[in-house]
Amino acid sequence: MTRTPNSRFFGRLDGDIAGILLLAALLIVVLPLGLDIFRLNMVGKYLTYAFVALGLVLCWGSAGILSLGQGIFFGIGGYCMAMFLKLEASSPEATKIQSTPGIPDFMDWNQLKALPWFWEPFHSLTFATIAVVAVPALLAFIVGLAMFKRRVGGVYFAIITQAFAAILTILIVGQQGYTGGINGITDLRTLKGWDIRTDEAKLVLYFVNAALLIGCILLCLYVRRSKLGRILVALRDKEDRVRFSGYDVANFKIFVFCFAAALSAVGGAMFTLQVGFMSPSFVGIVPSIEMVIYCAVGGRLSLLGAVYGTLLVNWAKTMLSESFPELWLFAMGALFIGVVMVFPNGLAGLYQQFIAPRLRRPAGRRTDEAAGAPIIPPHTAAD
Amino acid sequence: MSSDKINADKLTGGAHSPLRRKLLLGMAALPAIGLLPRGALAQALPTDAVNTTKLAVTDSTVKVGILHSTTGTMAISETGSVQAEKLAIAQINEMGGVLGRKIEVIQEDGASDWPTFAEKARKLLVEDKVAAVFGCWTSASRKAVLPVFEQYNGMLYYPTFYEGLEQSKNVIYTGQEATQQILAGLDWVTKEKGAKTFFLIGSDYIWPRTSNKIARKHIEMHGQKVVGEEYFPLGHTQFNSVINKIKLTKPDVIYASVVGGSNVAFYKQLKAAGIDLNKQTLMTISVTEDEMLGIGGENIAGAYACMKYFQSLKNPNNEKFVAAFKKMWGGESVIGDVTQAGYLGPWLWKLTAEKAKSFDIDKIAAASAGIEFTGAPEGYVRIHENHHLWSKTRVGRARTDGQFDVVFETADLIEPNPFPKGYQ
Repeated sequence: MTRTPNSRFFGRLDGDIAGILLLAALLIVVLPLGLDIFRLNMVGKYLTYAFVALGLVLCWGSAGILSLGQGIFFGIGGYCMAMFLKLEASSPEATKIQSTPGIPDFMDWNQLKALPWFWEPFHSLTFATIAVVAVPALLAFIVGLAMFKRRVGGVYFAIITQAFAAILTILIVGQQGYTGGINGITDLRTLKGWDIRTDEAKLVLYFVNAALLIGCILLCLYVRRSKLGRILVALRDKEDRVRFSGYDVANFKIFVFCFAAALSAVGGAMFTLQVGFMSPSFVGIVPSIEMVIYCAVGGRLSLLGAVYGTLLVNWAKTMLSESFPELWLFAMGALFIGVVMVFPNGLAGLYQQFIAPRLRRPAGRRTDEAAGAPIIPPHTAAD
Repeated sequence: MSSDKINADKLTGGAHSPLRRKLLLGMAALPAIGLLPRGALAQALPTDAVNTTKLAVTDSTVKVGILHSTTGTMAISETGSVQAEKLAIAQINEMGGVLGRKIEVIQEDGASDWPTFAEKARKLLVEDKVAAVFGCWTSASRKAVLPVFEQYNGMLYYPTFYEGLEQSKNVIYTGQEATQQILAGLDWVTKEKGAKTFFLIGSDYIWPRTSNKIARKHIEMHGQKVVGEEYFPLGHTQFNSVINKIKLTKPDVIYASVVGGSNVAFYKQLKAAGIDLNKQTLMTISVTEDEMLGIGGENIAGAYACMKYFQSLKNPNNEKFVAAFKKMWGGESVIGDVTQAGYLGPWLWKLTAEKAKSFDIDKIAAASAGIEFTGAPEGYVRIHENHHLWSKTRVGRARTDGQFDVVFETADLIEPNPFPKGYQ
């Protein structure tokens, strides 16, 4: 991490790092000690959505680009990983009851006789790992290039990303011989011979996931602290002024959109590893909007807030649905309305308003921005 | 064939079965139950003996799970299954439970979302340690939970008619696999209507595609012809182009496996396009009494549905079942094919546990083959070695009031064949 000589940033660095250390302690020490492996695996699943929320904090919170299609990138990342795992699970011995052994089971059900060409490279873990990040980033680059160079933004951009999410879902569902259709790619077993379904594997994957998440938070923090990060905020608040200052606004937007896409994709890949399957139900419009809600509940300007928001919403979802299988959706709806009406800046806003001032007075330190950039009123962000 | 005949067949066929089970089965048919002192059986079979794998079984209770969508797009379809399963469990408890233990239900919501199904299945097996789970509806949800059931060694009773191509030690399939639902119906329509040409139309996912694959092979094997095959995304509501194709190709039979809300649009548009189902033969494998509620009887009257159960089935078991269902869930409720299959789950599990004298999953799985249930509303069913049910195929004709007239049923039980040779 680069330390800027500006003293304003030293003060903030301390607060941010303290917050990240606290989160790291929670994820790596407290939760594993406090929860059994089943609940821990569920927290691991929630944390994969936190990658998406982080991307949204940069893309939406910092740069003001609201994407309602992050599920696309989460899904593609997940599918790339699932394709590798599925090929490993479809060895000729394991699939000898099929009419064509050695291909994934759903292809056999759909009368495919050979592995399609675009599946072939996914025999390699290296290729699959690169594809997890590269394919979504490339797609985001193409979409970004087409949109931002033409100065399409705001609501129009949000609607177009939704359309892409819908298109991709229809494509995956329709081409079920190649993608597994609505069932998705299921029954994933091993990663290079290592059984990912055992409790030990789930524990290891949880820690890998948590470590990756902390790494990604630091990366995001670095981006926000850099000059790039400040240009992003500037173009959110006064795009024309940035343009007249000689910056190519479109390039910055394309960058941050690709960056958010790559983060989401990492989450998707970790999701596949921990949950053991991937299906189009994570790609479409509804999950994409849900991911925006996680970010909004946490506070879309705060990296750490987004992580806590994701955990809170998913935890509430699980608990409420276990306790009230018939009523829980109403409770969730009430939670979202409450957050938007009463706390427009989410959890991070609450922290700012009530907790930070108390901490500051005795300590006399700048901790008000512990969770990131200054909080702004909601209406400026979506413009 | 009347159901009395079925029961008579069964009684002679099952004469060698243990006396105790027969007594219990006989009691199932009697309303006056509870003659045995509660817990008498529990004392006879100590918990250590019936539960060696730490399931949630005590001296007086046994926990089971119900895992269906009570929210989301599938809630409409799955509610019937939940109701039927709860009815069966209530009736079993009234009789004194299973192995002298009352059944306690833990219900979870799959929320029409496949990973949620997997998560809740894991919760039921790992946290709650339930002895059996009754649940899932769509193939996608079953595919999502199957690895969980196999990994943690649970027992799932799955009620929906489905595409086959699956068999697991950890699942009992109480609905029909594809060949049980399709072949007899096609033979009937060929014989009855002299059908030569077929137009296949379905929603775009694994079940309609596999079903139509089997149907096409069967049709072509008999020298008949498929003149069109079309698929539409789930939730699709514009069928005008395919209706035009149907008008052009003039098939003898429209063979439909459109599911969910799309059905409403499909049948309304068929009617609006002037296709009278009393003249144009249409056979569906996806419309039950539940779907009829949405479609409206006047839009589909005259169509044929190929199922194993209809609410209007006339036999004493069914009359009792329909009355009990309406008493518990209201006089307006209707009962479709899958609802009835859901009702079978708890009963089959109870009979299996009593045969195995244990709740252990491995013993239940091993004892399942050959279990017979004479109290089934559809008549008589038996579990095959492949964990599917032997059951009849029936054809019903849709009436305007939302019910079906049963116009045909196979003379014998059809053997389940989830991996049909020559149809893959």
